[in-house]
Amino acid sequence: MSLIPSYNFAYLDEQTKRMIRRSILKAIAIPGYQVPFASREMPMPYGWGTGGVQVTAAIIGPSDVLKVIDQGADDTTNAVSIRAFFAKVANVATTTHTADATIIQTRHRIPERPLQAGQVLVYQVPIPEPLRFLEPRETETRKMHALEEYGLMHVKLYEDIAKHGQIATTYAYPVKVEGRYVMDPSPTPKFDNPKMHMSPALQLFGAGREMRIYAVPPFTEVVSLDFEDHPFEIQHFTQPCALCAATGVYLDEVILDDHGGHMFVCSDTDNCEERRAQGHRGHLSGEELEAAE
Amino acid sequence: MDNLMLDGGFADPVMQAQQGFRALMDALANPGTIQQLALGLTPPAPLTPELAAVLLTLCDHDTGVWLEPDLATEAVTGWLRFHIGSPLNVARDQAQFAVLRDSNTLQLNGFSLGTDIYPDRSTTVIVAVPALSGGDALVLKGPGIEHSVEISPLGLPGDFLEQWAENRAQFPRGVDLLLVADGAVIGLPRTTRISGKDA
Repeated sequence: MSLIPSYNFAYLDEQTKRMIRRSILKAIAIPGYQVPFASREMPMPYGWGTGGVQVTAAIIGPSDVLKVIDQGADDTTNAVSIRAFFAKVANVATTTHTADATIIQTRHRIPERPLQAGQVLVYQVPIPEPLRFLEPRETETRKMHALEEYGLMHVKLYEDIAKHGQIATTYAYPVKVEGRYVMDPSPTPKFDNPKMHMSPALQLFGAGREMRIYAVPPFTEVVSLDFEDHPFEIQHFTQPCALCAATGVYLDEVILDDHGGHMFVCSDTDNCEERRAQGHRGHLSGEELEAAE
Repeated sequence: MDNLMLDGGFADPVMQAQQGFRALMDALANPGTIQQLALGLTPPAPLTPELAAVLLTLCDHDTGVWLEPDLATEAVTGWLRFHIGSPLNVARDQAQFAVLRDSNTLQLNGFSLGTDIYPDRSTTVIVAVPALSGGDALVLKGPGIEHSVEISPLGLPGDFLEQWAENRAQFPRGVDLLLVADGAVIGLPRTTRISGKDA
Protein backbone atom coordinates (compact mmCIF):
# COMPACT_ATOMS: atom_id res chain seq x y z
CA MET A 1 0.00 0.00 0.00
CA SER A 2 1.38 3.33 -1.01
CA LEU A 3 1.48 6.13 1.54
CA ILE A 4 1.73 8.77 -1.14
CA PRO A 5 -1.66 9.75 -2.57
CA SER A 6 -1.58 8.76 -6.20
CA TYR A 7 -3.23 10.49 -9.11
CA ASN A 8 -4.07 9.27 -12.54
CA PHE A 9 -1.35 10.09 -15.07
CA ALA A 10 -1.46 13.88 -15.69
CA TYR A 11 -3.92 14.41 -12.82
CA LEU A 12 -7.21 14.30 -14.79
CA ASP A 13 -9.35 11.17 -14.88
CA GLU A 14 -9.71 9.39 -18.22
CA GLN A 15 -13.30 10.44 -18.89
CA THR A 16 -12.37 14.11 -18.42
CA LYS A 17 -9.42 13.67 -20.75
CA ARG A 18 -11.65 12.11 -23.43
CA MET A 19 -14.08 15.02 -23.11
CA ILE A 20 -11.29 17.59 -23.46
CA ARG A 21 -9.69 15.60 -26.30
CA ARG A 22 -12.95 15.57 -28.26
CA SER A 23 -13.19 19.35 -27.82
CA ILE A 24 -9.59 19.81 -28.98
CA LEU A 25 -10.26 17.82 -32.17
CA LYS A 26 -13.33 19.96 -32.95
CA ALA A 27 -11.34 23.11 -32.23
CA ILE A 28 -8.67 22.03 -34.71
CA ALA A 29 -11.32 21.27 -37.34
CA ILE A 30 -12.94 24.73 -36.94
CA PRO A 31 -9.97 27.13 -36.53
CA GLY A 32 -10.73 30.10 -34.27
CA TYR A 33 -14.14 28.80 -33.15
CA GLN A 34 -14.64 28.51 -29.38
CA VAL A 35 -15.64 24.96 -28.47
CA PRO A 36 -17.46 24.67 -25.12
CA PHE A 37 -16.00 22.09 -22.74
CA ALA A 38 -16.86 20.90 -19.25
CA SER A 39 -13.97 22.60 -17.47
CA ARG A 40 -13.03 20.96 -14.18
CA GLU A 41 -11.92 22.29 -10.84
CA MET A 42 -8.15 22.16 -10.76
CA PRO A 43 -5.87 22.26 -7.73
CA MET A 44 -5.12 25.94 -8.44
CA PRO A 45 -7.32 29.02 -8.64
CA TYR A 46 -8.99 30.39 -11.75
CA GLY A 47 -6.68 32.91 -13.33
CA TRP A 48 -3.75 30.63 -12.62
CA GLY A 49 -4.03 28.92 -15.97
CA THR A 50 -6.59 26.20 -15.31
CA GLY A 51 -7.66 26.14 -18.98
CA GLY A 52 -4.13 25.75 -20.25
CA VAL A 53 -3.37 23.16 -17.58
CA GLN A 54 -6.38 21.05 -18.59
CA VAL A 55 -5.41 21.19 -22.27
CA THR A 56 -1.81 20.26 -21.44
CA ALA A 57 -2.99 17.43 -19.16
CA ALA A 58 -5.18 16.04 -21.95
CA ILE A 59 -2.43 15.97 -24.59
CA ILE A 60 0.76 15.25 -22.61
CA GLY A 61 2.46 11.86 -22.74
CA PRO A 62 5.49 10.37 -21.00
CA SER A 63 7.83 11.21 -23.88
CA ASP A 64 6.91 14.90 -23.98
CA VAL A 65 9.22 17.67 -22.81
CA LEU A 66 7.34 20.54 -21.20
CA LYS A 67 8.25 24.22 -21.05
CA VAL A 68 6.06 26.72 -19.21
CA ILE A 69 6.40 30.49 -19.52
CA ASP A 70 4.68 33.38 -17.80
CA GLN A 71 5.01 36.72 -19.62
CA GLY A 72 7.98 35.19 -21.44
CA ALA A 73 9.78 34.12 -18.26
CA ASP A 74 10.51 30.54 -17.19
CA ASP A 75 11.27 31.51 -13.62
CA THR A 76 8.16 33.32 -12.37
CA THR A 77 5.73 31.79 -9.87
CA ASN A 78 3.04 30.69 -12.30
CA ALA A 79 5.51 29.06 -14.68
CA VAL A 80 7.50 27.34 -11.93
CA SER A 81 4.43 25.92 -10.18
CA ILE A 82 2.79 24.60 -13.36
CA ARG A 83 6.07 23.03 -14.47
CA ALA A 84 6.43 21.41 -11.03
CA PHE A 85 2.80 20.25 -11.19
CA PHE A 86 3.34 18.28 -14.40
CA ALA A 87 6.73 17.01 -13.29
CA LYS A 88 4.90 15.54 -10.28
CA VAL A 89 1.61 14.26 -11.72
CA ALA A 90 2.89 13.16 -15.14
CA ASN A 91 6.55 12.60 -14.38
CA VAL A 92 7.52 14.33 -17.64
CA ALA A 93 10.81 15.98 -18.47
CA THR A 94 10.76 19.76 -18.28
CA THR A 95 12.98 22.33 -19.89
CA THR A 96 13.39 26.07 -20.20
CA HIS A 97 14.80 25.82 -23.73
CA THR A 98 12.24 26.58 -26.42
CA ALA A 99 14.02 24.38 -28.96
CA ASP A 100 13.94 21.29 -26.70
CA ALA A 101 10.26 21.49 -25.75
CA THR A 102 7.49 19.47 -27.41
CA ILE A 103 4.73 21.25 -25.46
CA ILE A 104 5.04 24.88 -24.40
CA GLN A 105 2.36 26.20 -22.09
CA THR A 106 2.31 29.97 -22.13
CA ARG A 107 0.75 32.84 -20.31
CA HIS A 108 0.70 35.84 -22.63
CA ARG A 109 3.82 35.49 -24.79
CA ILE A 110 5.00 33.54 -27.81
CA PRO A 111 8.70 32.59 -27.60
CA GLU A 112 11.06 34.67 -29.74
CA ARG A 113 12.70 31.59 -31.25
CA PRO A 114 10.52 30.48 -34.19
CA LEU A 115 8.51 27.37 -33.30
CA GLN A 116 8.97 24.13 -35.22
CA ALA A 117 6.59 21.62 -36.75
CA GLY A 118 5.57 19.09 -34.11
CA GLN A 119 5.66 21.57 -31.24
CA VAL A 120 2.40 22.45 -29.48
CA LEU A 121 1.86 25.89 -27.95
CA VAL A 122 -0.83 25.87 -25.23
CA TYR A 123 -2.17 29.31 -24.26
CA GLN A 124 -3.78 30.17 -20.94
CA VAL A 125 -6.76 32.34 -21.80
CA PRO A 126 -8.72 34.54 -19.36
CA ILE A 127 -11.49 35.85 -21.66
CA PRO A 128 -11.80 33.80 -24.86
CA GLU A 129 -14.58 35.89 -26.41
CA PRO A 130 -13.13 38.84 -28.36
CA LEU A 131 -16.58 40.44 -28.56
CA ARG A 132 -17.32 40.13 -24.81
CA PHE A 133 -16.58 43.75 -23.86
CA LEU A 134 -18.68 44.94 -26.79
CA GLU A 135 -21.61 42.59 -26.17
CA PRO A 136 -21.95 40.91 -22.77
CA ARG A 137 -24.57 38.31 -23.76
CA GLU A 138 -23.17 34.93 -24.83
CA THR A 139 -26.34 34.21 -26.84
CA GLU A 140 -25.66 37.35 -28.89
CA THR A 141 -21.92 36.87 -29.38
CA ARG A 142 -22.61 33.28 -30.53
CA LYS A 143 -25.00 34.67 -33.15
CA MET A 144 -22.52 37.35 -34.18
CA HIS A 145 -19.90 34.65 -34.83
CA ALA A 146 -22.45 32.52 -36.67
CA LEU A 147 -23.43 35.44 -38.92
CA GLU A 148 -19.82 36.61 -39.26
CA GLU A 149 -21.06 39.94 -37.93
CA TYR A 150 -17.86 41.63 -36.84
CA GLY A 151 -18.71 45.25 -37.64
CA LEU A 152 -18.72 46.12 -33.95
CA MET A 153 -15.10 45.09 -33.59
CA HIS A 154 -14.10 47.42 -36.40
CA VAL A 155 -16.10 50.21 -34.76
CA LYS A 156 -14.09 49.65 -31.58
CA LEU A 157 -10.80 49.88 -33.49
CA TYR A 158 -12.13 52.96 -35.33
CA GLU A 159 -13.01 54.62 -32.02
CA ASP A 160 -9.38 54.07 -30.97
CA ILE A 161 -8.30 56.00 -34.04
CA ALA A 162 -10.86 58.75 -33.46
CA LYS A 163 -9.74 59.20 -29.85
CA HIS A 164 -6.02 58.53 -30.05
CA GLY A 165 -5.12 58.99 -33.70
CA GLN A 166 -4.04 55.35 -33.88
CA ILE A 167 -5.26 51.89 -32.93
CA ALA A 168 -4.48 51.96 -29.21
CA THR A 169 -5.13 48.26 -28.57
CA THR A 170 -1.73 46.85 -27.63
CA TYR A 171 -2.55 43.40 -26.30
CA ALA A 172 -5.33 40.86 -26.92
CA TYR A 173 -5.38 42.45 -30.37
CA PRO A 174 -8.17 40.72 -32.36
CA VAL A 175 -7.25 38.47 -35.26
CA LYS A 176 -9.21 36.79 -38.03
CA VAL A 177 -8.43 33.11 -38.49
CA GLU A 178 -8.51 31.59 -41.97
CA GLY A 179 -10.77 34.40 -43.15
CA ARG A 180 -13.68 33.32 -40.95
CA TYR A 181 -13.65 33.60 -37.15
CA VAL A 182 -12.50 36.66 -35.23
CA MET A 183 -10.44 35.32 -32.32
CA ASP A 184 -8.85 36.66 -29.16
CA PRO A 185 -5.16 35.66 -29.25
CA SER A 186 -5.24 35.84 -25.39
CA PRO A 187 -3.56 38.86 -23.79
CA THR A 188 -0.31 38.49 -25.70
CA PRO A 189 1.23 41.78 -26.81
CA LYS A 190 0.27 42.56 -30.39
CA PHE A 191 4.03 42.23 -31.04
CA ASP A 192 3.41 38.45 -31.07
CA ASN A 193 0.44 38.45 -33.47
CA PRO A 194 2.53 38.02 -36.63
CA LYS A 195 4.15 34.90 -35.11
CA MET A 196 0.75 33.17 -35.09
CA HIS A 197 0.35 33.53 -38.85
CA MET A 198 1.35 30.35 -40.75
CA SER A 199 3.19 29.01 -37.70
CA PRO A 200 4.47 25.44 -38.19
CA ALA A 201 3.39 24.67 -34.59
CA LEU A 202 -0.09 23.72 -33.43
CA GLN A 203 -1.62 26.40 -31.19
CA LEU A 204 -4.23 25.39 -28.60
CA PHE A 205 -6.09 27.82 -26.33
CA GLY A 206 -7.72 26.85 -23.03
CA ALA A 207 -9.99 29.09 -20.94
CA GLY A 208 -10.83 27.25 -17.71
CA ARG A 209 -13.26 29.61 -15.99
CA GLU A 210 -14.99 30.46 -19.28
CA MET A 211 -15.03 26.78 -20.34
CA ARG A 212 -13.82 27.24 -23.90
CA ILE A 213 -11.14 25.60 -26.03
CA TYR A 214 -10.05 26.91 -29.42
CA ALA A 215 -7.21 26.25 -31.79
CA VAL A 216 -5.13 27.44 -34.69
CA PRO A 217 -3.75 24.49 -36.68
CA PRO A 218 -0.25 24.73 -38.19
CA PHE A 219 0.07 26.78 -41.39
CA THR A 220 -3.15 28.69 -40.86
CA GLU A 221 -3.82 32.29 -41.83
CA VAL A 222 -4.01 34.58 -38.81
CA VAL A 223 -4.56 38.22 -39.79
CA SER A 224 -4.71 41.10 -37.32
CA LEU A 225 -7.72 43.34 -37.95
CA ASP A 226 -6.89 46.80 -39.30
CA PHE A 227 -7.86 49.49 -41.83
CA GLU A 228 -6.31 50.31 -45.19
CA ASP A 229 -5.25 53.76 -43.97
CA HIS A 230 -4.30 52.49 -40.49
CA PRO A 231 -2.52 49.20 -41.14
CA PHE A 232 -1.67 46.88 -38.24
CA GLU A 233 1.70 47.64 -36.68
CA ILE A 234 3.64 45.92 -33.93
CA GLN A 235 5.42 47.74 -31.11
CA HIS A 236 8.92 49.04 -31.86
CA PHE A 237 11.60 49.62 -29.28
CA THR A 238 14.14 52.42 -29.57
CA GLN A 239 16.87 50.58 -27.68
CA PRO A 240 18.14 47.00 -27.53
CA CYS A 241 17.91 44.65 -24.52
CA ALA A 242 20.14 46.03 -21.75
CA LEU A 243 21.45 42.55 -20.95
CA CYS A 244 21.93 40.80 -24.31
CA ALA A 245 21.67 43.69 -26.81
CA ALA A 246 18.95 41.89 -28.78
CA THR A 247 16.89 44.00 -31.16
CA GLY A 248 13.59 43.05 -32.73
CA VAL A 249 12.42 41.26 -29.58
CA TYR A 250 9.76 42.21 -27.03
CA LEU A 251 11.23 44.12 -24.08
CA ASP A 252 10.01 44.64 -20.51
CA GLU A 253 10.74 47.90 -18.69
CA VAL A 254 12.39 47.33 -15.31
CA ILE A 255 12.51 50.18 -12.80
CA LEU A 256 15.98 50.45 -11.22
CA ASP A 257 15.62 53.19 -8.59
CA ASP A 258 13.27 55.93 -7.48
CA HIS A 259 14.97 58.61 -9.57
CA GLY A 260 13.49 57.53 -12.88
CA GLY A 261 16.23 55.03 -13.65
CA HIS A 262 15.04 52.11 -15.78
CA MET A 263 16.24 49.49 -18.19
CA PHE A 264 14.65 47.48 -20.98
CA VAL A 265 15.29 43.73 -20.95
CA CYS A 266 14.09 40.76 -22.99
CA SER A 267 10.69 39.45 -21.93
CA ASP A 268 11.74 36.00 -23.21
CA THR A 269 14.24 34.92 -20.54
CA ASP A 270 15.34 31.79 -22.40
CA ASN A 271 16.16 33.78 -25.51
CA CYS A 272 18.09 36.34 -23.44
CA GLU A 273 20.07 33.67 -21.59
CA GLU A 274 20.95 31.86 -24.79
CA ARG A 275 22.19 35.08 -26.38
CA ARG A 276 24.32 35.91 -23.35
CA ALA A 277 25.76 32.38 -23.39
CA GLN A 278 26.72 33.05 -26.99
CA GLY A 279 28.65 36.12 -25.83
CA HIS A 280 26.18 38.91 -26.62
CA ARG A 281 26.40 41.70 -24.05
CA GLY A 282 24.11 44.65 -23.43
CA HIS A 283 25.17 47.92 -21.80
CA LEU A 284 23.90 46.85 -18.35
CA SER A 285 25.04 43.23 -18.35
CA GLY A 286 26.83 42.22 -15.18
CA GLU A 287 30.37 42.01 -16.51
CA GLU A 288 30.47 45.66 -17.48
CA LEU A 289 29.13 46.74 -14.11
CA GLU A 290 31.75 44.65 -12.34
CA ALA A 291 34.49 46.10 -14.53
CA ALA A 292 33.34 49.62 -13.74
CA GLU A 293 33.42 49.06 -9.98
CA MET B 1 -20.94 -14.33 -23.09
CA ASP B 2 -17.32 -15.34 -23.35
CA ASN B 3 -13.88 -13.84 -23.05
CA LEU B 4 -13.96 -12.65 -26.68
CA MET B 5 -16.21 -9.88 -25.48
CA LEU B 6 -13.97 -8.83 -22.63
CA ASP B 7 -10.56 -9.28 -24.27
CA GLY B 8 -8.94 -7.26 -27.00
CA GLY B 9 -9.13 -3.79 -25.49
CA PHE B 10 -6.33 -1.52 -24.32
CA ALA B 11 -3.64 -3.34 -22.36
CA ASP B 12 -2.62 0.01 -20.82
CA PRO B 13 -5.69 2.26 -21.14
CA VAL B 14 -4.16 5.52 -19.91
CA MET B 15 -1.01 5.50 -22.02
CA GLN B 16 -2.56 3.92 -25.10
CA ALA B 17 -5.46 6.37 -25.12
CA GLN B 18 -2.91 9.19 -24.94
CA GLN B 19 -0.95 7.70 -27.87
CA GLY B 20 -4.12 7.21 -29.85
CA PHE B 21 -5.27 10.75 -29.17
CA ARG B 22 -1.95 12.29 -30.20
CA ALA B 23 -2.14 10.34 -33.48
CA LEU B 24 -5.66 11.67 -34.09
CA MET B 25 -4.71 15.22 -33.05
CA ASP B 26 -1.66 15.20 -35.33
CA ALA B 27 -3.75 13.69 -38.13
CA LEU B 28 -6.39 16.44 -37.98
CA ALA B 29 -3.85 19.23 -37.37
CA ASN B 30 -1.77 18.05 -40.34
CA PRO B 31 -4.29 16.75 -42.88
CA GLY B 32 -2.89 14.24 -45.33
CA THR B 33 -0.12 12.98 -43.07
CA ILE B 34 -0.24 9.31 -42.14
CA GLN B 35 -0.16 8.88 -38.35
CA GLN B 36 0.51 5.54 -36.67
CA LEU B 37 -2.49 4.11 -34.84
CA ALA B 38 -1.39 0.54 -34.09
CA LEU B 39 -2.46 -0.01 -30.50
CA GLY B 40 -2.62 -3.81 -30.43
CA LEU B 41 -6.40 -4.09 -30.20
CA THR B 42 -8.16 -7.29 -31.25
CA PRO B 43 -11.84 -6.46 -31.63
CA PRO B 44 -14.29 -9.00 -33.05
CA ALA B 45 -14.68 -8.93 -36.85
CA PRO B 46 -15.93 -7.06 -38.81
CA LEU B 47 -14.75 -4.20 -36.57
CA THR B 48 -11.14 -3.42 -37.52
CA PRO B 49 -8.38 -2.70 -34.96
CA GLU B 50 -8.02 0.88 -36.27
CA LEU B 51 -11.74 1.65 -35.96
CA ALA B 52 -11.65 0.20 -32.46
CA ALA B 53 -8.60 2.33 -31.61
CA VAL B 54 -10.43 5.55 -32.49
CA LEU B 55 -13.53 4.50 -30.55
CA LEU B 56 -11.67 3.42 -27.42
CA THR B 57 -9.62 6.61 -27.50
CA LEU B 58 -12.48 9.09 -27.84
CA CYS B 59 -15.81 7.50 -26.90
CA ASP B 60 -17.62 6.81 -23.64
CA HIS B 61 -21.15 7.00 -22.29
CA ASP B 62 -21.35 10.68 -23.31
CA THR B 63 -21.01 9.99 -27.04
CA GLY B 64 -23.63 8.56 -29.34
CA VAL B 65 -22.04 6.18 -31.87
CA TRP B 66 -23.71 5.16 -35.12
CA LEU B 67 -22.53 1.88 -36.62
CA GLU B 68 -22.99 1.00 -40.26
CA PRO B 69 -25.67 -1.75 -40.25
CA ASP B 70 -23.26 -4.47 -41.45
CA LEU B 71 -20.91 -3.61 -38.58
CA ALA B 72 -23.56 -3.80 -35.89
CA THR B 73 -23.27 -7.53 -35.26
CA GLU B 74 -24.02 -8.94 -31.86
CA ALA B 75 -20.31 -9.57 -31.23
CA VAL B 76 -19.29 -6.03 -32.16
CA THR B 77 -22.04 -4.24 -30.25
CA GLY B 78 -21.42 -6.41 -27.19
CA TRP B 79 -17.68 -5.72 -27.35
CA LEU B 80 -18.22 -1.97 -27.72
CA ARG B 81 -20.78 -1.85 -24.92
CA PHE B 82 -18.22 -3.42 -22.62
CA HIS B 83 -15.23 -1.34 -23.71
CA ILE B 84 -16.69 2.12 -24.34
CA GLY B 85 -20.25 1.97 -23.01
CA SER B 86 -21.53 4.38 -25.64
CA PRO B 87 -25.16 4.43 -26.76
CA LEU B 88 -25.06 2.52 -30.07
CA ASN B 89 -28.66 2.88 -31.16
CA VAL B 90 -28.53 6.57 -32.06
CA ALA B 91 -29.87 7.88 -35.36
CA ARG B 92 -27.40 8.68 -38.11
CA ASP B 93 -28.03 12.44 -37.87
CA GLN B 94 -27.71 12.44 -34.07
CA ALA B 95 -24.43 10.57 -33.77
CA GLN B 96 -21.26 12.22 -32.52
CA PHE B 97 -19.25 9.44 -34.13
CA ALA B 98 -20.14 7.30 -37.13
CA VAL B 99 -18.25 4.14 -37.99
CA LEU B 100 -18.17 2.64 -41.47
CA ARG B 101 -16.45 -0.40 -42.88
CA ASP B 102 -17.70 -0.28 -46.45
CA SER B 103 -15.94 2.82 -47.75
CA ASN B 104 -17.18 2.34 -51.34
CA THR B 105 -20.71 3.25 -50.35
CA LEU B 106 -19.69 6.17 -48.13
CA GLN B 107 -22.36 8.86 -48.10
CA LEU B 108 -21.38 11.98 -46.18
CA ASN B 109 -24.86 13.48 -46.22
CA GLY B 110 -27.29 12.47 -43.54
CA PHE B 111 -24.84 12.95 -40.68
CA SER B 112 -25.05 15.85 -38.27
CA LEU B 113 -23.38 18.99 -39.60
CA GLY B 114 -23.77 20.95 -36.37
CA THR B 115 -25.50 24.31 -36.36
CA ASP B 116 -24.25 27.74 -37.41
CA ILE B 117 -24.09 28.70 -33.74
CA TYR B 118 -22.59 25.39 -32.56
CA PRO B 119 -20.76 23.89 -35.56
CA ASP B 120 -18.90 21.58 -33.15
CA ARG B 121 -22.07 19.53 -32.69
CA SER B 122 -21.34 17.56 -35.81
CA THR B 123 -20.56 13.94 -36.58
CA THR B 124 -16.98 12.71 -36.83
CA VAL B 125 -17.04 10.02 -39.52
CA ILE B 126 -14.53 7.17 -39.13
CA VAL B 127 -14.09 5.06 -42.25
CA ALA B 128 -12.02 1.91 -42.70
CA VAL B 129 -10.56 1.92 -46.21
CA PRO B 130 -8.72 -1.04 -47.82
CA ALA B 131 -5.43 0.93 -47.77
CA LEU B 132 -4.19 4.49 -47.24
CA SER B 133 -2.15 4.42 -50.45
CA GLY B 134 -2.37 2.90 -53.90
CA GLY B 135 -5.51 4.68 -55.02
CA ASP B 136 -6.06 7.74 -57.19
CA ALA B 137 -4.07 10.75 -56.06
CA LEU B 138 -5.94 13.51 -54.23
CA VAL B 139 -4.42 16.94 -53.67
CA LEU B 140 -5.15 18.56 -50.29
CA LYS B 141 -4.90 22.23 -49.36
CA GLY B 142 -6.02 24.25 -46.37
CA PRO B 143 -5.19 24.82 -42.70
CA GLY B 144 -2.50 22.48 -41.42
CA ILE B 145 -0.93 22.16 -44.87
CA GLU B 146 1.95 24.46 -45.82
CA HIS B 147 1.46 24.32 -49.59
CA SER B 148 -0.29 21.16 -50.69
CA VAL B 149 -0.04 17.47 -49.92
CA GLU B 150 -1.03 14.35 -51.84
CA ILE B 151 -2.80 11.29 -50.54
CA SER B 152 -4.02 8.24 -52.42
CA PRO B 153 -6.36 6.17 -50.25
CA LEU B 154 -8.04 3.16 -51.83
CA GLY B 155 -11.73 2.43 -51.78
CA LEU B 156 -13.37 5.86 -51.72
CA PRO B 157 -16.62 6.21 -53.71
CA GLY B 158 -16.47 7.63 -57.24
CA ASP B 159 -18.27 10.82 -56.27
CA PHE B 160 -16.14 11.47 -53.19
CA LEU B 161 -14.76 14.78 -54.49
CA GLU B 162 -18.28 16.12 -55.14
CA GLN B 163 -19.46 14.92 -51.73
CA TRP B 164 -16.49 16.54 -50.03
CA ALA B 165 -16.92 19.82 -51.93
CA GLU B 166 -20.50 19.91 -50.71
CA ASN B 167 -19.33 19.29 -47.15
CA ARG B 168 -16.62 21.96 -47.49
CA ALA B 169 -19.16 24.48 -48.76
CA GLN B 170 -21.15 24.25 -45.52
CA PHE B 171 -18.25 25.56 -43.42
CA PRO B 172 -18.19 26.14 -40.48
CA ARG B 173 -20.76 23.34 -40.38
CA GLY B 174 -19.69 19.97 -41.72
CA VAL B 175 -18.39 16.53 -40.83
CA ASP B 176 -14.77 15.66 -40.17
CA LEU B 177 -13.41 12.46 -41.68
CA LEU B 178 -10.90 9.95 -40.37
CA LEU B 179 -9.64 7.35 -42.86
CA VAL B 180 -8.08 4.32 -41.18
CA ALA B 181 -6.22 1.26 -42.48
CA ASP B 182 -3.04 -0.74 -41.82
CA GLY B 183 -2.53 0.55 -38.28
CA ALA B 184 -2.61 4.20 -39.36
CA VAL B 185 -4.93 7.14 -39.84
CA ILE B 186 -5.36 10.12 -42.17
CA GLY B 187 -7.42 13.06 -40.91
CA LEU B 188 -9.56 15.21 -43.18
CA PRO B 189 -11.05 18.08 -41.16
CA ARG B 190 -13.92 20.02 -42.76
CA THR B 191 -11.50 22.86 -43.64
CA THR B 192 -9.47 20.77 -46.12
CA ARG B 193 -9.95 21.47 -49.82
CA ILE B 194 -9.57 18.34 -51.93
CA SER B 195 -9.11 18.16 -55.67
CA GLY B 196 -8.13 15.49 -58.17
CA LYS B 197 -4.54 15.33 -59.35
CA ASP B 198 -5.28 16.96 -62.71
CA ALA B 199 -7.65 19.61 -61.42
